[in-house]
Amino acid sequence: MNFVQGKFFITEKTAVAKQIYSFRIECPEVVKIACAGQFVHIKADGFLLRRPISICGLDREKGLLRIVFEVRGKGTDKLSQLNKGDFMDIIAPLGHGFTVNRDYKKVVLIGGGIGTPPMLPLAEIYGDRATVITGFRNSGAVILQEDFGKTGAETVLCTDDGSAGVHGFVTEPLAEILKKNGADMVYACGPAPMLKKVSEICREKNIPCEISLEERMACGVGACLGCACRIKKNGEEVFAHVCKDGPVFNAEEVLW
Amino acid sequence: MADLSVNICGVDFKNPVIPASGTFGYGREYEHLFSLEKLGGISVKGTTLKKRTGNLPPRIAETPAGMLNSVGLQNPGIDHFIEEELPYLLTKNTVIIANIAGADVEECVQIAEKLEGTQVHMIELNISCPNVKQGGAAFGTSCSMASQVTKSVRNATTKPLIVKLSPNVTDITEIARAVESEGADAVSLINTLMGMRIDINTRRPVLHNNVGGFSGPAVFPVAVRMVWQTANAVKIPVIGMGGISSGEDAIEMMMAGASAVQVGAVTFSDPFAPVRIISEIDEFLNRKNIDSVRDIVGTVKPW
Ligand SMILES: Cc1cc2nc3c(=O)[nH]c(=O)nc-3n(C[C@H](O)[C@H](O)[C@H](O)COP(=O)(O)OP(=O)(O)OC[C@H]3O[C@@H](n4cnc5c(N)ncnc54)[C@H](O)[C@@H]3O)c2cc1C
Ligand SMILES: Cc1cc2nc3c(=O)[nH]c(=O)nc-3n(C[C@H](O)[C@H](O)[C@H](O)COP(=O)(O)O)c2cc1C
Ligand code: FES
Repeated sequence: MNFVQGKFFITEKTAVAKQIYSFRIECPEVVKIACAGQFVHIKADGFLLRRPISICGLDREKGLLRIVFEVRGKGTDKLSQLNKGDFMDIIAPLGHGFTVNRDYKKVVLIGGGIGTPPMLPLAEIYGDRATVITGFRNSGAVILQEDFGKTGAETVLCTDDGSAGVHGFVTEPLAEILKKNGADMVYACGPAPMLKKVSEICREKNIPCEISLEERMACGVGACLGCACRIKKNGEEVFAHVCKDGPVFNAEEVLW
Repeated sequence: MADLSVNICGVDFKNPVIPASGTFGYGREYEHLFSLEKLGGISVKGTTLKKRTGNLPPRIAETPAGMLNSVGLQNPGIDHFIEEELPYLLTKNTVIIANIAGADVEECVQIAEKLEGTQVHMIELNISCPNVKQGGAAFGTSCSMASQVTKSVRNATTKPLIVKLSPNVTDITEIARAVESEGADAVSLINTLMGMRIDINTRRPVLHNNVGGFSGPAVFPVAVRMVWQTANAVKIPVIGMGGISSGEDAIEMMMAGASAVQVGAVTFSDPFAPVRIISEIDEFLNRKNIDSVRDIVGTVKPW
């Protein structure tokens, strides 16, 4: 794992939904070595601990990195006050990303709420071989639909209350698609109950599945052992670390 | 450039800055950012006799200017350390300090015996981990237990022995004197204070362990006070830590009586902190025309 720490220029900031912001940061040295599923660890002024945020876009030509995050507490609130022309202090790229196989003919990408951003780089890679199923609380929380559309992927939008797209959870269209067409791989990021359900559906259908997990972090680089999660490796229960062994794990290994 | 070198229990350090145990792993991660050779030394992740899996997550909680952790001494065990980590660390041209902990006296002794045949430079006996049920803090909060474990480990090793003290006591100087009289070559302090945070929406403690070790800039004044009291109570060197986040903090800690400092939680915020602090100490000394960092140790002029 190779990473850098530095303050990088913010070239663009947009609000993509209520309390959800998209930033583009100029950091060619990070973009060059980063891959889908990795994250950046961001310093929020006045806070000891950095905030982990997934990579949502890698523009290799322009050297731009994109992140999209929701204001959840004091740290993300502070970060949301940064503007175009400011500098963002990040350590990146961190973690173990998604396994990409250019031979896959059909993949399904699942994003739940603010777990949707890390799916975008995968959609860009797989294009029309991907079906993207995203789910949100309501129409006000929907993000990134246009971006997914541009990748050529087929998109299915769900909301919990039916105020946009299909009424219901992402797991319903997933089960249908897998039944109808199968898939070479399913990738998912979102709230734990959703990931658990997605893993179960994939296991039943015997389709490999990778999921991106969250845990509270300190160092972000594998040194403090703070971000433990329980996984099963070679039949043995062990603690893996979300920042280094993850955030992306084989769904079969994760112990809920 | 001022002289930054210090000597602690006969061991030469090129500068007085040491990443603190548990916050720097075995150094491998941070080597992506800077050469470990720049550091005065490295206190490696606390090691036990057998591998330990640690506590259930969440293990991290944030606090104003600080954090709680309940990692619970997760580590691969002393044999793994000696075979897989130590040979690599010993090539880094910096002082390697093995931080060790045991559930009972016998375990501490066995770990020290295993290290005896290695080239590790120093042992830091952690009698103060708040995150393990047995041993750990129990050793560090009772004079008789602290004496007993120090005496036994002292007999088992010829390496310079640092005993790491717990701040979760009424009078830290009593424990410091007790371990000094049993042959400790130095003391290091403070380990983390006991803390707790509760999520008011779920009414659950943020840490799965309910309570955890509090560190970071918020604890700095407590650490300075305890280092000052301890340095006045013992003749052996004191290694100071707890909340140091700048060269000025390090200078303050050394004026309080620390011969060297360890740097922990601030590294999570600024991964370059250990090397930044080294150059900030140098800048301060140059600005004040002080030739050697050793000249500031214990120079506080109390009212
Ligand atoms: C690998 C990874 C990728 C992520 N990607 C994104 C993303 O792309 N977009 C997005 O909006 N959010 C993402 N998150 C969640 C985001 O990190 C948290 O929402 C954020 O840390 C909350 O900080 P805060 O100061 O607003 O909240 P506070 O509650 O004030 O934070 C207090 C402490 O808890 C930690 N914390 C709180 N919630 C979480 C959480 N869910 N996960 C990890 N740590 C948490 C904070 O980092 C901080 O240390 C990701 C988390 C991880 C682990
Ligand atoms: C995540 C974490 C893990 C730690 N693990 C250990 C350990 O294994 N052994 C030990 O003696 N101290 C351990 N400590 C305590 C630190 O070495 C240090 O004493 C304490 O954090 C105070 O310094 P700081 O405020 O600069 O972090 C740990 C601290 C943290 C934050
Ligand atoms: S956050 Fe330190 S090991 Fe993952």
